[in-house]
Amino acid sequence: MLTEQELLMKINSREKMLVNLKDKSDTEIQGLTKELQKDYQQAIFLEAKAETHEERRKYRQIRNRIIDQQNLISKYQQLRYRSLIKRSAPKPPVLKNTIAAFLVGGTITSLGQILLNFYIWQGLTFKEASTATSITVVFLGALLTGLGVYDEIGKVGGAGSMVPISGFANSIVSPALEFKREGYVYGVGAKIFTIAGPVILYGTLTSVIIGLITYITM
Amino acid sequence: MQTKRLGKQTLNFHIPVAISSFASIVGPMEGKGPLGKGFDYVLENDLDGEKSWEKAEQKMMQHSLEIALAKRNYHLEDLDFFLAGDLLNQIICANFTARALGIPFLGLYGACSTLVEGLIIGSMIIDGGFAQRVGVAASSHHETAERQLRYPTEQGIQRTMTAQWTVTGSGAFILEEPSSFSEIVITQGIVGRVIDMGVANAMDMGSAMAPAAADTIVRYFQDTGRKPEDIDLIVTGDLGNIGRILCEELVLQKGFDISAKFTDCGVLIYDPSQDVHAGGSGCGCSASVLAAYFLPQLLEGKLNNILFVATGALLSPTSTQQGETIPCIAHGVLIQRINKEG
Repeated sequence: MLTEQELLMKINSREKMLVNLKDKSDTEIQGLTKELQKDYQQAIFLEAKAETHEERRKYRQIRNRIIDQQNLISKYQQLRYRSLIKRSAPKPPVLKNTIAAFLVGGTITSLGQILLNFYIWQGLTFKEASTATSITVVFLGALLTGLGVYDEIGKVGGAGSMVPISGFANSIVSPALEFKREGYVYGVGAKIFTIAGPVILYGTLTSVIIGLITYITM
Repeated sequence: MQTKRLGKQTLNFHIPVAISSFASIVGPMEGKGPLGKGFDYVLENDLDGEKSWEKAEQKMMQHSLEIALAKRNYHLEDLDFFLAGDLLNQIICANFTARALGIPFLGLYGACSTLVEGLIIGSMIIDGGFAQRVGVAASSHHETAERQLRYPTEQGIQRTMTAQWTVTGSGAFILEEPSSFSEIVITQGIVGRVIDMGVANAMDMGSAMAPAAADTIVRYFQDTGRKPEDIDLIVTGDLGNIGRILCEELVLQKGFDISAKFTDCGVLIYDPSQDVHAGGSGCGCSASVLAAYFLPQLLEGKLNNILFVATGALLSPTSTQQGETIPCIAHGVLIQRINKEG
């Protein structure tokens, strides 16, 4: 059993050893880890036995210092392993993905442009036509989600199918489908906005802020 | 060639397995309860200086094991295996505790029966000669359990009278081969069956679990031929006020009167004035009460043996929402005091 003073001495003397972990062998690091575990156990034992609030806080501070030292070692080990991961991880095909996203996103938005032109030609004003276009694209996105097609498009298109408004429809319809089995209240009702929720919340918040800025500056 | 089993479900250990050390940590509310003095460490608040409740629960489990080791001057390397579980998804508290400890680890899930599941498996490992010393721990935390299984903690809902209060607590136990120093031992274990009597109300776990507890208790008497008179106390994990009465009645229907020697950790851990409705629940309930209340009584000789039965409700929020009923389980261990004079 170590006393508080002995514990502190051990921690202080270890401080220097932890600076240059690179120069330490694996066995030395293992030894340090074991020593830290022993000290930690001692510290929590003393903390539990402490009778006053102050005493407890004192041991907690000691324990926190041990945790800091443990973190130093684990960070070092993780860093070493991370460089190994980097060497062996497959690279995502960035160029291929970018081209696919461009083509899929381009197709969806071109379709939107065709719809917009069609509605204007049919006699709607530009504002009305753009609303009608959004409604149509959202409907198509939802329909394709229901038919199980949109996830296939998303697999190829990535952000290209996620960013347009049809992707937003997909993010609402897909949880609704998924959680139907949990009922219409706790299932669909509770989970329908799990993915779209942040977009709706922060979209609303952003428009409020922009509205305020516009009001002040105009 | 099986000689270590009695009847259908009871395990009879050849060598009694010693509980050489134990420790418990609880939250502030449990600390203010009737058993407050027995716990090794009462947290000052539910977060205990951590960034999240989950982290606080993980530390609580780790610390209870470390305190149990320190009491006997053991170190982590003295443990051959660590068995643990908790209530959180993917038993993260147990997994992350095992990460910190670095001991060979088996994660367990038996809902609130996890501790006894661990004690049984730990005893089997030692009786089987696979290890000299095994650590067993279980924990639960009121806030982590509520937010995962029920509602956000600040949600203004009225709890039903049958609802139980998840205990913030953890208990850890060191099992080892018996020596001349051993004072309390596990001699028998009983592995429960999953019983579902059709209760679907997740706010009434006591009623759901009572049939499982009764089944295990009755099965123990049938397997061993023992009678309630042979046992000083029968303790269930977290049936609460309602489940306890139901269980007693169900056991009586099978011809065993346990009313004079039957209690429940969920009933004992809180005072009725603490507004917990039907009593405590959670892995930490049975674990902390066993360590803080019953084992010390065995050590002092106030009790000679107890049949400790922990019950678990094996549901998930998803199964409840899909309209499933609650399957329940109960495991038991017979813990005995070694009579030094005899």
